[in-house]
Amino acid sequence: MRRFLRSGHDPARERLKRDLFQFNKTVEHGFPHQPSALGYSPSLRILAIGTRSGAVKLYGAPGVEFMGLHRENNAVVQIHFLPGQCQLVTLLDDNSLHLWSLKVKGGVSELQEDESFTLRGPPGAAPSATQITVVLPHSSSKTLYLGTESGSVFVVQVPGFRTLEDRTISSDTVLQRLPEEARQRRVFEMVEALQEHPRDPNQVLIGYSRGLIVIWDLRGSRVLCHFLSSQQLDSACWQRDGRLIVSCHSDGSYCQWPVNPDTQQLEPLRSCVPYGPFPCKAITKIFWLTTKQGLPFTIFQGGMPRASYGDRHCISVVHNGQQTAFDFTSRVIDFTVLSEVDPAAAFDDPYALVVLAEEELVVMDLRADGWPPVQPPYLASLHCSAITCSHHVSNIPLKLWERIIAAGSWQNTHFSTMEWPIDGGISLAPTPPQRDLLLTGHEDGTVRFWDASGVCLRLLYKLSTVPVFLTDTDPSEHLNAQGEDEWPPLRKVGSFDPYSDDPRLGIQKIFLCKYSGYLAVAGTAGQVLVLELNDEEAEHVVEQVEADLLQDQEGYRWKGHERLCARPGPVRFEPGFQPFVLVQCQPPAVVTSLALHSEWRLVAFGTSHGFGLFDHQQRRQVFVKCTLHPSDQLALEGPLSRVKSLKKSLRQSFRRMRRSRVPSQKRRPAGSPGEVPERSCRTERLGLQNMELAPVQRKIEARTAEDSFTGFVRTLYFADTYLRDIKEIQLMHRAPVVGILVLDGHSVPLPEPLEVAHDLSKSPDMQGSHQLLVVSEEQFKVFTLPKVSAKLKLKLTALEGSRVRRVSVAHFSSSRAEDYGEHHLAVLTNLGDIQVVSLPLLKPQVRYGCIRREDVSGIASCVFTKHGQGFYLISPSEFERFSLSTKWLVEPRCLVDSAETKNHSRPRNGSGPEKALGRARNSGSQSDGEEKRPGPVMEHALLNDERVLKEIQSTLEGDRGSYGDWRSQQVAMSQVSRPGVQAVR
Amino acid sequence: FGAEFRRFSLERSKPGKFEEFYGLLQHVHKIPNVDVLVGYADIHGDLLPINNDDNYHKAVSTANPLLRIFIQKKEEADYSAFGTDTLIKKKNVLTNVLRPDNHRKKPHIVISMPQDFRPVSSIIDVDILPETHRRVRLYKYGTEKPLGFYIRDGSSVRVTPHGLEKVPGIFISRLVPGGLAQSTGLLAVNDEVLEVNGIEVSGKSLDQVTDMMIANSRNLIITVRPANQRNNVVRNSRTSGSSGQSTDNSLLGYPQQMEPSFEPEDEDSDEDDIVIEDNGVPQQIPKAVPNTESLESLTQMELNLESGQNGFIPSNEVSLTTAASGTDTEFETRVPNQKLLEEDGTIITL
Repeated sequence: MRRFLRSGHDPARERLKRDLFQFNKTVEHGFPHQPSALGYSPSLRILAIGTRSGAVKLYGAPGVEFMGLHRENNAVVQIHFLPGQCQLVTLLDDNSLHLWSLKVKGGVSELQEDESFTLRGPPGAAPSATQITVVLPHSSSKTLYLGTESGSVFVVQVPGFRTLEDRTISSDTVLQRLPEEARQRRVFEMVEALQEHPRDPNQVLIGYSRGLIVIWDLRGSRVLCHFLSSQQLDSACWQRDGRLIVSCHSDGSYCQWPVNPDTQQLEPLRSCVPYGPFPCKAITKIFWLTTKQGLPFTIFQGGMPRASYGDRHCISVVHNGQQTAFDFTSRVIDFTVLSEVDPAAAFDDPYALVVLAEEELVVMDLRADGWPPVQPPYLASLHCSAITCSHHVSNIPLKLWERIIAAGSWQNTHFSTMEWPIDGGISLAPTPPQRDLLLTGHEDGTVRFWDASGVCLRLLYKLSTVPVFLTDTDPSEHLNAQGEDEWPPLRKVGSFDPYSDDPRLGIQKIFLCKYSGYLAVAGTAGQVLVLELNDEEAEHVVEQVEADLLQDQEGYRWKGHERLCARPGPVRFEPGFQPFVLVQCQPPAVVTSLALHSEWRLVAFGTSHGFGLFDHQQRRQVFVKCTLHPSDQLALEGPLSRVKSLKKSLRQSFRRMRRSRVPSQKRRPAGSPGEVPERSCRTERLGLQNMELAPVQRKIEARTAEDSFTGFVRTLYFADTYLRDIKEIQLMHRAPVVGILVLDGHSVPLPEPLEVAHDLSKSPDMQGSHQLLVVSEEQFKVFTLPKVSAKLKLKLTALEGSRVRRVSVAHFSSSRAEDYGEHHLAVLTNLGDIQVVSLPLLKPQVRYGCIRREDVSGIASCVFTKHGQGFYLISPSEFERFSLSTKWLVEPRCLVDSAETKNHSRPRNGSGPEKALGRARNSGSQSDGEEKRPGPVMEHALLNDERVLKEIQSTLEGDRGSYGDWRSQQVAMSQVSRPGVQAVR
Repeated sequence: FGAEFRRFSLERSKPGKFEEFYGLLQHVHKIPNVDVLVGYADIHGDLLPINNDDNYHKAVSTANPLLRIFIQKKEEADYSAFGTDTLIKKKNVLTNVLRPDNHRKKPHIVISMPQDFRPVSSIIDVDILPETHRRVRLYKYGTEKPLGFYIRDGSSVRVTPHGLEKVPGIFISRLVPGGLAQSTGLLAVNDEVLEVNGIEVSGKSLDQVTDMMIANSRNLIITVRPANQRNNVVRNSRTSGSSGQSTDNSLLGYPQQMEPSFEPEDEDSDEDDIVIEDNGVPQQIPKAVPNTESLESLTQMELNLESGQNGFIPSNEVSLTTAASGTDTEFETRVPNQKLLEEDGTIITL
């Protein structure tokens, strides 16, 4: 390290480094992990989601995003926007309240926590007295009403969080004001509902869990009306005009109570159990919304028949004789309904239902027939099926981009044409300079194509490899399952489906050629599919070829999973990427590396047994090489059998844990909470002592050749360079090789295949001598070509004790000089550090801590882009986006202004300034329609592309005769973790 | 072979050559085709080898009057019975001088056979390190012996600007019997590891230090603070406050002096990468000039990026192919199924 520091003291270089490199975590894509609260501001038109880890995320128009993190690592239980303000209040599970605000700084809004507060009861009161159950921000925006477990309602002034003790509405106060006959029963307990009168800010509805609802006059401190239900109360709401109250109860019923201060109502106007007559689960929340047509919308959560559908997560919408129970695949956290905001409007006229489920956000269009879902522009559930790999492709040509979008639009016909209704704030971020694709492979055999150009990660297209194979689940069975009973009228919504038909379908490697539209996808059971983009639906047979990677190795027996069975006969494929060749590796071990050279029409693939090269044009195998070493036993068992043993060991360790815990639990005296922490403290201390007795030891031993002979092919690379014959380099430091790169005569990385043909890159310098860079987990080494000789090296592990996990070439542009840029290596280590290592001299440039070293899945999921950005998973459902570049930053920059909310208050009248911003809210169907039709432009693009390809093909073939003899350049390089590099001519 | 005793006479003035003597021994013992190791007891009672003319003559000349010769079958030979190599001897001399009563409990002094002679360990940088520290170099390559030690997390007390402070550290936790680490006698359980090949380990995790040590295992240089500080060299020429106490203040006091002592790469013994090529015989690949060691040329390269890149044709191609094993050995060997590959290969070259 020292010598690099010493040489790095050149001030000019240091200045240049500052112009080139800068580390930022810019935005989190995907769906928040473990959401726990939902909030919505009708005036700002901004949605807020709180999580169990204490994060608050705000979303408005696409690109308008904010994130805040509570200092306390507690779950956010409730989020409430202050009416008409750029402020919100969060309630955490430690009973603390936090006030956040959006403040404009330097032209952009920032979310910040202003203050926090914990409600204190009178001295000596039980903790439950101040345990907050409901929060009502008053329309005056000056006070918060806090309902508690004790039944008291506290009043707190905001900002400042000053408790207005004289205004506390205790249950005793209410009891005294109640008429004699209602006082007899214990009707109070905790406050379950607090709702301000929609027209009169001096009236508040207070609902208690035992079933009593009162309308409280804030000024007169008296009960205006009271209603007594026979059932436990769960929630209640006002009708828009304040003349009706609807309450919902724990027995699955809801009741309507007409509000008339003059006559006391003893019985509800109407009581209804929507999914009776058998016992039902509670309706936990209800909306009663009026429409111009007269018949109201009733939207409620829960209430399903306990015995047969009690496990469903449902929200029912009832309107005008229609009833649908939207059935979610994960628990419903909360929901809200978007409706008319203008208080003067006579009707609610709801237009969208927003449901926050545990694993996804679902929005329904309530205006369109059948209430179709609206495709969210953000908060995509990345983990619909678990992500198994990802692949980033920068700067997608417009033609390909349009064709992918066209293919995706075929899949999105079930979505509503409604423009995204949550559109508060203005995104000031510059339009992304280029189109980037992020491809994620999933456990269920699908590949999802995401628009990763900007702040919003948007799903463009979903490819499924499942139709190629025969799976256990027959599609016809699936249809039967759909036609369930007519009642309740369940309808599955959302895309989260964590169940995979067959773990072997899992996608492990993806490689897309952006110029030719060829895609290679490889999976868990050794399947390699080559696909091409077709704008039409097609039915054809997928040719199947077997690649025997063991070759003539004797005495091996594959103990892992079997290969997948391909579906015989022609298969129907929808428009998009359609497979035409299936190369099946034998043994069917997980594919560990994949590369595609569309110019040469070659696909290279590697497993733990070897690697192969396949010509997908001529449909023939070019080359197979076994890399297996006789001493490697692991490669013979499949990954699944290894998983099994892992499971087993996990189970054992859990058992051990349980065994050690049981006695202490038994001894714990029941009902003395004070005892518990002390006890656990003691066991912890005991644990620590044990640890000290047997400290963790690490054996220091030189690696032997046998240790590292795993033959596991980690990387494959195609290069057009100089090489004499076949060469195999074995790195004697025995670390797995993770990256290969060839630099041309000017030390510039070789361009991608077809890049030069498309005029997107300078042709490489083929005059000077080329250099081969081999990156192992421990060292970077440069060899000269064609005569392989060691030139340079950087021994990372020997110097820092870190190992390379990911390496990728990136181009760093200067933030100052417009056209200045350098190619360097972006490196992620096992410690979660990200480093930039210079090319071609291998000097460490900068280093930033990025991922926690314990976050193994985060480190494993990291992908770099070609322009110094990257992504890694911070949870199963979220990608963190980071940037190493000063120039390429994709981060939300947005403005939310309370003044702007004035325009928003009449959402459907289309106000002037918004149109000027190009966000015509209700004209969405038109632009959507345009995207769906693959126009003639795109067809032309296809033809054009084919023609270019043919040209290239012919020139290449012409070349062979004249240069082939002395220029032995076409080289496929492959890489084995044994550690070696093998080159194949 | 058991124990068999022969007594015979030899002309002291005309001892002849070692080969003749060796033949004589084989003849006397009637073991003409058995390889044996020959040793003798010198005047100090040490067992020393006889394997060339010089030490044979020395043995004969020092016989007083009897020369006791010990013969062992080579394959059964107990090498450790022989005297030490010079490096260990140096250390023993030191310790002997320091503490005459502190003879190592090693039963034998080890001297390896000259044909097998190579360093297995050394103490280096004695002149620039504080007395409380010891920098040990373990030469792993070439030996079959495992490095043979384990490390663990622990804590040590340091002198800092804020007074004494307990800081986490890495310690040797176990030595494998018969391993290189144990056989050198320079490392011991509970020695604190301060540096690995010149890189301080403070602030690094156990796994990181493990990776560093393994990555450097071919030429591992560990700086330790021995748990037993009684064997330290006492120097009086030092002016800085190293008192030989077990408190570690050296990290603050010595950085500059430690600096030039060695670059981690100053002896690059782990560069044995192999290139397998077409011509069967493993060939070493020349190191392209300039290599990593020459820092000046690197900096120059960076400055003259344009001109410096037109290929470094190695000038020492031939000489390195026969170079002694050890510096840089990148072999080129034949891919066995080369013919097959070439046939298939023509398809790739579209």
